[in-house]
Amino acid sequence: MAPYASDDMTTAGEADEPRAGRRRAARYVVPVTVMGVAAATIGLVPAIADSGDPDLPEITAAQLIEKIAKSDVEQLSGTVKITTDLGLPNLGGLESGLASGAVERGEGGSPADPSAKLTELASGTHTLRVAADGPDRQKVSLLEDAAEYSLIHNGKDVWGYDSRSNEVYHGTVDETGGDRGKQPPATPKDFAEEILKSVDDTTSVTVDGTAQVAGRDAYKLVVEPKQSGSTVGAISIAVDHRTGLPLKFTLTPASGGTAVVDVGFTRVSFDRPAASTFDFTPPKGAKVTEDGEPGHGREHSGKPGEAPQAPKSEEDLAKGLGGLTMLGEGWNSVATFDTGGQGLPTGEAGGDLGGFLGSLGDQVKGEFGKGTVFSTRLVNALITEDGKVYVGTVTKDALVKAADEGK
Amino acid sequence: MSQAETARRASPLWTLGLFRSELLTTFRRWRTLALLGVLAAVPVLVGIAVRIETGDGSAAGGGGGEGPAFISQVTNNGLFLVFTALAATLPFFLPMAVGVVAGDAVAGEANAGTLRYLLVAPAGRSRLLLTKYATVIAFCLVATLVVAVSALAVGALLFPLGDLTTISGTRIGFAEGLARALLIALVVAASLTGVAALGLFVSTLTNSGIAAMATTVGLLITVQILDQIPQLSALHPYFFSHYWLSFADLMREPVYWEDLTKNLGLQALYAAVFGSAAWARFTAKDITA
Repeated sequence: MAPYASDDMTTAGEADEPRAGRRRAARYVVPVTVMGVAAATIGLVPAIADSGDPDLPEITAAQLIEKIAKSDVEQLSGTVKITTDLGLPNLGGLESGLASGAVERGEGGSPADPSAKLTELASGTHTLRVAADGPDRQKVSLLEDAAEYSLIHNGKDVWGYDSRSNEVYHGTVDETGGDRGKQPPATPKDFAEEILKSVDDTTSVTVDGTAQVAGRDAYKLVVEPKQSGSTVGAISIAVDHRTGLPLKFTLTPASGGTAVVDVGFTRVSFDRPAASTFDFTPPKGAKVTEDGEPGHGREHSGKPGEAPQAPKSEEDLAKGLGGLTMLGEGWNSVATFDTGGQGLPTGEAGGDLGGFLGSLGDQVKGEFGKGTVFSTRLVNALITEDGKVYVGTVTKDALVKAADEGK
Repeated sequence: MSQAETARRASPLWTLGLFRSELLTTFRRWRTLALLGVLAAVPVLVGIAVRIETGDGSAAGGGGGEGPAFISQVTNNGLFLVFTALAATLPFFLPMAVGVVAGDAVAGEANAGTLRYLLVAPAGRSRLLLTKYATVIAFCLVATLVVAVSALAVGALLFPLGDLTTISGTRIGFAEGLARALLIALVVAASLTGVAALGLFVSTLTNSGIAAMATTVGLLITVQILDQIPQLSALHPYFFSHYWLSFADLMREPVYWEDLTKNLGLQALYAAVFGSAAWARFTAKDITA
């Protein structure tokens, strides 16, 4: 400070010009240094915080799967970050508005309806908060900009509250029920359970070291298809070493690149959440939609309060869709059904519409005839000219092969 | 040299006096009062609009969740008008007012030919600059509180008050709601410190008050537009306006601190970088006006 103090009071004289110029320039070192330190901190802190993989006793894959199965975490609260990149067109910030807008306006349902919100999770990055206290009380909240969507299960009540529109959805479940399947899959545990159900001899399951997730030491379980031809590259599940709770679930496609689905806790606590977390009374003036009311009008409302969920397994899915048959086994299984219609005409035959649809997919030929393959990063679908549809998490070639064999 | 030493010895009281006179000059200006008046009018307009729109019992914002944050809750609880008003003014009105005051701080004095008289007083340039920045920060706080208090008054007049539902669906008492509203106002005021420092830096670059204000407000608009372009998403976390709406996270239960702390850290960084840049410029500048 001292050498500069004189500058505070006087203007530099003519003779001091070069020295003063240097001194002036020297002052800009301060903001530049501040910026440099900030940049270094932003760059280095994550690197320092990543203190390497924790040392945990060796464990076999079978033991680890058993640990997950035995995991009986009943009380937890935490923050979950979910990133999905299915390779669908990126609509940026529009997608939530479009999705909820379409549902709201189209069917006259409430934006607080759980199914209206589930579509939002299908692309982009979202932050969820989860809290659970026993089988009867759970809460999942989707954090939005200056708003939140909460799904609260407390005893026999299921409440959905959309703070943006101030609307409430109410349904009921049997008090005895209360299995977690009633909620849409949101936590890494839900995803892990779906995957471990399908483990069979076409799958390789290994323990791949350890990692730190949400500040907790965890084992990494890697599930990979043994067969080639699947679009699934690997599924990595980080399992908390103490409680056996899956903390992070990552599905990477065989084609490489970023994960298709990445769900993980960024913060987790196994303390009992405050009871008030699960208390919900509709705020004054909020519009309440009872499940099954007219105007709700959606097909899944068969069972009250049941949120839509991912099909438990391929068999369930097959039962759900009439005439659906499975070809192949394990990871390479392909679902097929006959639309009974004309099918999708390929490029040259289909006129303008066909040309447009055809341009979205790739034309393929095989023993089955001609068809169009529509691809995302995970799921590929083949629609043939004679109206058959083949869908699976397999590559285009495997899909064509399955169609040929199924002929 | 000895002159400077004397100045430093007499400093604490002198600085306070300088700060007080700066505050008085700033808040006595018609321009400042007009800015505050416009800010106070925003909640009145929003409140009356919501009142008229929901007079027939329909939900605010068409029930579809359009409009500024929290607007659909305003009819049930007047306290939400505070949050709505802050959410409506934070993107533009508040920072624009701050940009005007900050841009004028040094350049305005230079423009009016009063800067050299300020420097004749034995305060030193660093101290003068610090006082100017403190005044701008005080304006940030006052402007935010004007919006909040006006919104609270309008909300209490037009809508019922009482227990409120957080956006997470839990209920909190009115007293806690008020406390959170105050905390939100403080966070909003703190969100403006980055713009304030930026404006002060711009203000030291030119001798024209109008140019400094226009540049600051122009930068503000540019950053807001860039923040909307998805292709630049890698840069977004470094824009001073990026986390502004995170103040709404204070209405979650439990409070979600991640973005709030990011916002405050970012504002501190902007204040440090542009504050020191303003210092580097101002203490080495030839004052000719």
